[in-house]
Amino acid sequence: MRATVAQARVELALTLRRGESVLLSLGIPVLLLVFFSAVDVIPMDEEHPVDFLAPGVLALAVMSTAMVGLGIATGFERQYGVLKRLGSTPLGRPALMAAKTVAVLAVEVLQVVVLVVVASLLGWDPSGAFGLAVAAMLLATVAFAGLGLLMAGTLRAELVLASANGLYLVLLLLGGMVVPLAELPGGLRAAARLLPAAALSDALHGAFDAATSVPARSWAVLAAWAVLGPLAAAFTFRWE
Amino acid sequence: MAAVEVSGLVVRYGRLTAVDGVSFSAQAGEVVALLGPNGAGKTTTIETLEGYRSPTEGTVRVLGLDPVRDHARLTPRIGVMLQRGGVYAGIRAGEAVRLFAAYYDDPADPDELLARVGLERQRSTTWRHLSGGEQQRLSLALALVGRPEVAFLDEPTAGVDVAGRQVVRRIVRELAAGGTCVLLASHELGEVERVADRVVIVDRGRLLASGTPGDLAGQGAGSAISFGAPPGVDTGALAGRLGAPVTEVAPGEYRVDTAATPAAVATLTAWLAEHDLPLADLRAGRQRLEDVFLRLTAERPDQQGTGAPGPGAEEEAPSR
Repeated sequence: MRATVAQARVELALTLRRGESVLLSLGIPVLLLVFFSAVDVIPMDEEHPVDFLAPGVLALAVMSTAMVGLGIATGFERQYGVLKRLGSTPLGRPALMAAKTVAVLAVEVLQVVVLVVVASLLGWDPSGAFGLAVAAMLLATVAFAGLGLLMAGTLRAELVLASANGLYLVLLLLGGMVVPLAELPGGLRAAARLLPAAALSDALHGAFDAATSVPARSWAVLAAWAVLGPLAAAFTFRWE
Repeated sequence: MAAVEVSGLVVRYGRLTAVDGVSFSAQAGEVVALLGPNGAGKTTTIETLEGYRSPTEGTVRVLGLDPVRDHARLTPRIGVMLQRGGVYAGIRAGEAVRLFAAYYDDPADPDELLARVGLERQRSTTWRHLSGGEQQRLSLALALVGRPEVAFLDEPTAGVDVAGRQVVRRIVRELAAGGTCVLLASHELGEVERVADRVVIVDRGRLLASGTPGDLAGQGAGSAISFGAPPGVDTGALAGRLGAPVTEVAPGEYRVDTAATPAAVATLTAWLAEHDLPLADLRAGRQRLEDVFLRLTAERPDQQGTGAPGPGAEEEAPSR
């Protein structure tokens, strides 16, 4: 337990010490939130753009930390032999996984606090089922972490860097986070709804609006990715 | 019970045989060095003992345990220094030692350990900003923080400067004095000669010889003369004069297989003088470990002079 706590603390400190990681987890979501709230370039149904954008950037924040941040950091740890070295300490893989989970959740809590404060300043006044929002974010964290670790465990670190950032951009555009899914062409929209990003943003849009609920399809898609992602990572992960 | 026991170890990666029937043991309080050129199978042997790979044939035991099957019981009792890396790029030296200390029930004091490896002033320096030698000394500290009963050190002095080497040698001797079994791998004869109680010479996966540095050097006592001269000396002509075989064991390094009598030495030097050849070095009788090492590994046609291969080249095992 002492080892897991120490490991989680170091994992978190190292994450917050990496400038690019803070930019990705906080800078970009805040920037998108503020910019698109202020500049009316994307057509949105909502009266206030922030009502659409706030749930969207919360979804983006989860994706950036659980998939991109975790994936890239783990990819480099694998390349530099850190994971190999830890394998001959008493820490053990379950404790390492637990520590990484705690560090990811801690960063997400920080992101949610910052983004909710910024969105509130921009006039966001959410109502609805916050518990469902938290559940959707946790489920999505598992799904995205699975995808991040799938890349980290199979590709060279530089390729993890490239593919995680590429996937981030694709899922940002197809995820209904800043561009409403309704704006996408029909076929693309249908495909996007099968991806975890759109499922999470749909779920959060539903949860934060008292008038709507979380679509059952979102739960199903998130749950499927939350099972498939980690399974694929576990079966393909190479520690050296 | 030996602290480390290797019997008939064979490790194959596909068609490549990295270790081919190696057996040796190491006791508590003993420093044993695996000595061999790059690619000899040293790292594979050590990594099998650390539980990173499984033997294809044969068995290995560390403290009586199977390193793969009993991995969780063994890790609290061993210390590992990988050949390279193994530390978070952004972690500070002091932070790394404290983190690793948290893995063990009865760790060494992190501050004392940092001072012991001479890194107290680098406490707040991140790994990526440490020099190569400082990284090696931090890796050594991380291997020792759990007060291991067996320490596996893979090329502990690679890239370390002269002062750092003294630190590493002193710590290795202190470990052994405290009852720890130290198994180290090195291709550097000078280091091995100074620090090891016993040497196991390996090449191309096979064990060539083992014993104390003195025993190994003494194996050729009285039966050879070694000398240094320009490369390409006419060994046939010299052998004819001496009445004994002459071999160029490495470019510019020669061995005469004859009793090291004053008469033989006189004949040798006279012949060199007649041919106006300088004599760089001359050893009669008792040989240095280097001579033994060169003779044992000399049959390797593609790698003459393996005594001092350049740094950087290393044996890389394929990923699992």
